[in-house]
Amino acid sequence: MATQHSRSAARFMMAPAVFLLLVWMLVPLTMTLFFSFKKYLPLRGDSMANGLEWVGFANYVRFVGSSSFWPSIQATLVIVGGVLVVTIVLGVLLAMLLDQPMWGQGIVRILVIAPFFVMPTVSALVWKNMFMDPNNGLLAYLWKAFGGTPVEWLSQAALPSLIMIVSWQWLPFATLILLTAIQSLDSEQLEAAEMDGAPVLKRFWFIILPHLSRAITIVILIQTIFLLSIFAEIFVTTGGAFGTKTLTYLIFQRVLESQNVGLGSAGGVYAIILANIVALFLMRIVGKNLDA
Amino acid sequence: MGKIALKHVTKSFGTTEVIPPLDLDIEDGEFVVFVGPSGCGKSTLLRLIAGLEDVTSGMIEIDGNDATRVPPSKRGLAMVFQSYALYPHMSVRKNIAFPLRMAKVDEAERDRKVEAAAGILNLTDYLERRPGQLSGGQRQRVAIGRAIVREPEAFLFDEPLSNLDAALRVNMRLEISELHQSLATTMIYVTHDQVEAMTMADKIVVLNAGRIAQVGSPLELYRAPQNKFVAGFIGSPKMNFIEGEEARKQGAHTIGVRPEHLALSTDGGTWEGTVGVAEHLGSDTFLHVHIDGVGALTVRTQGEAGLNHGDRAHITPDPERIHRFDGDGLALA
Repeated sequence: MATQHSRSAARFMMAPAVFLLLVWMLVPLTMTLFFSFKKYLPLRGDSMANGLEWVGFANYVRFVGSSSFWPSIQATLVIVGGVLVVTIVLGVLLAMLLDQPMWGQGIVRILVIAPFFVMPTVSALVWKNMFMDPNNGLLAYLWKAFGGTPVEWLSQAALPSLIMIVSWQWLPFATLILLTAIQSLDSEQLEAAEMDGAPVLKRFWFIILPHLSRAITIVILIQTIFLLSIFAEIFVTTGGAFGTKTLTYLIFQRVLESQNVGLGSAGGVYAIILANIVALFLMRIVGKNLDA
Repeated sequence: MGKIALKHVTKSFGTTEVIPPLDLDIEDGEFVVFVGPSGCGKSTLLRLIAGLEDVTSGMIEIDGNDATRVPPSKRGLAMVFQSYALYPHMSVRKNIAFPLRMAKVDEAERDRKVEAAAGILNLTDYLERRPGQLSGGQRQRVAIGRAIVREPEAFLFDEPLSNLDAALRVNMRLEISELHQSLATTMIYVTHDQVEAMTMADKIVVLNAGRIAQVGSPLELYRAPQNKFVAGFIGSPKMNFIEGEEARKQGAHTIGVRPEHLALSTDGGTWEGTVGVAEHLGSDTFLHVHIDGVGALTVRTQGEAGLNHGDRAHITPDPERIHRFDGDGLALA
């Protein structure tokens, strides 16, 4: 019943929300673009009131030229990729496990979802102090119990440790989406495959996994968007040391630690470009997968 | 070869016994239909034969070998599911080829068999499509194709036509019967529709609450039902049952007369009553007549009856075709 009249009414009513979203997005975006072409060092006395010096692409050149730039891109991709692999592999396995009828299913499902409710800062601190601390952490005790030397997780294996912490946070999300997808699989398809002579692993490969492909792409898409901007976990654990400086963290350091707003803004624009390249790829994959 | 024998097979889910001890022999090449109302255990029985459910006790023999503990894929049976259970992400070709691929048949052989099956089932033009792009009847044929390529000892059909519309159902019924003629393989077919059972079967197994009510050819069941359940289940419209005085006259607890064995006349007959609703099918008319002191009877007359609601009519049963049952519902000789 979308008449001309109701359609314009709908537009009218959506307008405030759309306006708010646009402002929320456009103002910071414009400001970032604006600062990225300026020399803006607040500690050296630069300020909006005095007028900022136009420096063209100097900030952009300097940001890329920095020795931290490529390592930061690499760290970002390793973390995003690592977390995606861990959450999807474990997510599929957990989802299949939770799909089995068992005693206390409801409680187990809630327990599995629980990490998602913990704030990133909190969960990173819990991992850092309670598990990975080389003196008092649970893992240290475990290592000692077997006569090993405790691992200094966050310095000796900083990137894998970080991937583990972030994966722990995002595993519930992946599991939940994949579980609902598995539950929608027609059991007759599995029975048909069984009659057709497909053993368990082949049933997984030929029936369950293709059925999950759509859910998996959605998990990849949503997680990538959020993982590209992880910050709190790095801030409270390594502070960007030991090769865990991601692009987001580098921008933070440029703006707040070096107090170079212009340079940081240029980094921000690079981050936008990177995110869009990733989004473009993902949209293509998702588009293809959601068609079918 | 596709000879299947069930020996004292039972099935319980928890403490609920779904199938009490049951014996059944299915001969090679037979078209056997399991028919019964919903919840009578006919699908469970089929799944026991397929191996998708484990028997609680008893033995299943296929070609004389004990197959009770043999996994479904090794029993040499192919099943067509009610929902078709096609693999939605695979093309029709890949769907049909799937069992061959699992059996590690080489690609050339696989293609040849798929093409052959598609030829039989008129699917050649649709091989590259996905199941989602096919109509209900075509999907049904793909499911059958997937069963054919395995060259099984026997085909199992689990209510395969219940998702199709009436016209298509009649067509597919013919196609499956035709397929049975050309392949001459044992087929076991589950349905709740007695018309499907009557038209397709060599042998009908009527099930009631997990028990076999009667086994026989369609016409045997029609002519000589062994109990009231079979008498009422087979035949359309349903057989009329009369209790009380009229039955006692025949020396039975209940008598049954099929609507087609009641003669209608306006001038005189055994019973007299008032005509109720008339259902006109063109070729036949089903009249619901309320007989004084007997109850409502359905009468089938050929062509148009020419009687209206409220008219008086006389009805005479064919004495040769009266079925007599005792108090337990068993047929009296």
